[in-house]
Formats: sequence, structure tokens, C-alpha cells
Amino acid sequence: MAFDYDKYMRPGKLPHIWCPGCAHGIVMKSIIRAIDRVGLDKDRTVIVSGIGCASRMPGYVDFNTLHTTHGRSLAFATGVKLADPSLNVICVAGDGDALAIGGNHFIHACRRNIDITMVVFNNNIYGMTGGQFSPTTPHGKLASTTPYGNPDYAFDVVELSMGAGATYVSRGTVYHAVPLERQIADGITHKGMSVIDALCTCPTTYGRRNKLGSATDMILWFKDNTVGIKAAERLSPEERAEKILTGVFRQDIKPEYCEEYQKIIDMAKGA
Amino acid sequence: MSTVQARKEETVVSEKEGRKITVIPRYCKGCEICVALCPKSVLEIREFKVYVARIEDCNECLLCEIRCPDFAIEVEGKGKKGKS
Repeated sequence: MAFDYDKYMRPGKLPHIWCPGCAHGIVMKSIIRAIDRVGLDKDRTVIVSGIGCASRMPGYVDFNTLHTTHGRSLAFATGVKLADPSLNVICVAGDGDALAIGGNHFIHACRRNIDITMVVFNNNIYGMTGGQFSPTTPHGKLASTTPYGNPDYAFDVVELSMGAGATYVSRGTVYHAVPLERQIADGITHKGMSVIDALCTCPTTYGRRNKLGSATDMILWFKDNTVGIKAAERLSPEERAEKILTGVFRQDIKPEYCEEYQKIIDMAKGA
Repeated sequence: MSTVQARKEETVVSEKEGRKITVIPRYCKGCEICVALCPKSVLEIREFKVYVARIEDCNECLLCEIRCPDFAIEVEGKGKKGKS
């Protein structure tokens, strides 16, 4: 039997606004299947987003959704989670939204280890505003604001969030949509900050400018250029340098922020 | 089971030997992801929309359904490979 997306979608919203071949739809489907796999209650789930292509996603799904200011999805999500720690809070953000405009919110939410699942739709570009280079645009690639090649080096979302202290960190791609679904489901059940770096594609403003081929070519690129973290151990260092590693990089248990905060409240009440 | 609340008259259903592929042309943007990923070349693009050309070859791997970004295609089969 095919998966029934009807249960989790708002009626009359499709077709969505994303461009032909945009992989954001694949990540959205993975999130919906992950929520179904975990079995979250629709009324006890909050999806928070900022501004951007990826942040249009909560408009299509039938949960409690918040569409907030640019980069501040995690700030709003922290407020929601602290107001009622029993809610399941999922944040969706694009790479620019999460790492440039909301960069400080991102690292500090990781540092606090608050129980939020953050899905970063990493398409290497600011798609909605016309293809400006973002913090994850690779070195030397073209964007509308770097017509001679990007001089900056890209953020590695996994390394950044591990350094900042997130306790569940993984990376998936839209080609490997079923493992991505599993990672998001694990991130939701994990107690603490979970960051899932979902590599997706922007054929309209990134692929076309950099001559990466059609939407399909960009998705199939992930098949040849990514390798699982366990399989990578068997590769030589030179071979590994050319590949993007995917899989679960960290799964730790650390005290969670809402529980620690409740302890302080209880202590102050007892005093 | 219609895919994401499309009206019944909007769906194009191909059916053969207990296998059913539902396509919603209004949602399809013709990105050809499903056509390229299908290992059995079941799908084609006709007039910028997906078209089920050879349903008898389908092996229900669900590559097209899972990776269609536009919720435009749904495969229902005998249930040997599909998951609930």
C-alpha cells in the first residue's frame, strides 16, 4: 500500500510553490513519513519555520505551524518548547535561514541542548531571492552575487552543530530519502537538540548557473558523491576527501534544557 | 485512496493485474525525476506531464513515489514491496 499523505496535509494547498525539480518536496515527504513512523499526535506537534523557500513548508502540512521572521525559527521554537515542554517541536529552515541570518540562534540552541528537531534544507543557495551565495555555497561556485566564483569556504553543518554541542547530528540526502526519513524519526525521538542536514537541490538558481545539469542529474549526483560514514572507513584518505559523508555522526545523552530549567524553578520555589 | 485530496476527476488512474498507478497532472511540473529514476522505464513525459506508458513492467519499487517532490504520483500494488 502506498503511503497516505492525506492525513497530514492541509486541503486545497497543492500544487506547492516550489520550482519544477526542487527537492524540498522530497524532504517534506520524508518529514511527514518520519512523523507518521514515530506516531506523533497532530495536535501536540508544532512545526516552526523562518523565511525562505524551505520555510514555506509548514503552510502545506496540517500541524500547529508557525511561520516566523527570518532566521528566528529556533528562537520562536525555544519559546514554544519552554512554554509547554510536552510539545514535539520541529524546526524547518533553509541553509541561509539557519546558518547566516539565524546563525547565532542556531549555535546557541545547539549549545543549550533543548529538545527540538532541526531539519536544515541545505541547497547551497538563497533560492527565493534570486540565487545569492549562502554560507553553504561551495568554494569557487557561481551565484548571482559571486559571478567570478565564490571566494568563501562553506560551512559544514555537521561539524558546526557538533562543535556547538547538539546531541543528535546526522546528514542525509534527497536521493537517499528513506534513510533521511529514518534519521528525522530518530531525531524526533531523541531527547535533546537534533540537527539533520538534509542535502537537497536547487536546479533553478544554483544548478543552472553552475551547469550541473537537470534536476535529475543533480539528485543522481548525490548517489555517486556521497558515502555512508561506516563505508567511508574503508576508503583511503584521498578517496574520502572527494566524497560527502552521510549518516548519523553523533547520538549522545546529555541533560536537556527544559528539564534543567524545571529543576531551577523547583529549587527557587522550595527556597 | 486519492493522493492528497485531489478531486477524483483530476486523477489519471492506470490499472493492470492488481497494480494501480495514480497520477495527478495538475500537481505534476514535469521535472522528469520519476522518469529518470524508474529502473523499468514505466513512465514517460507527454505534453510536459508524467504519463504511465508501460504499467505491466512496474515492479513496485516506489522510487518514483518516494522521490516525486510534487505529490503527483502514487503506486499501489499487491503489497509485496510497498509499505504502509
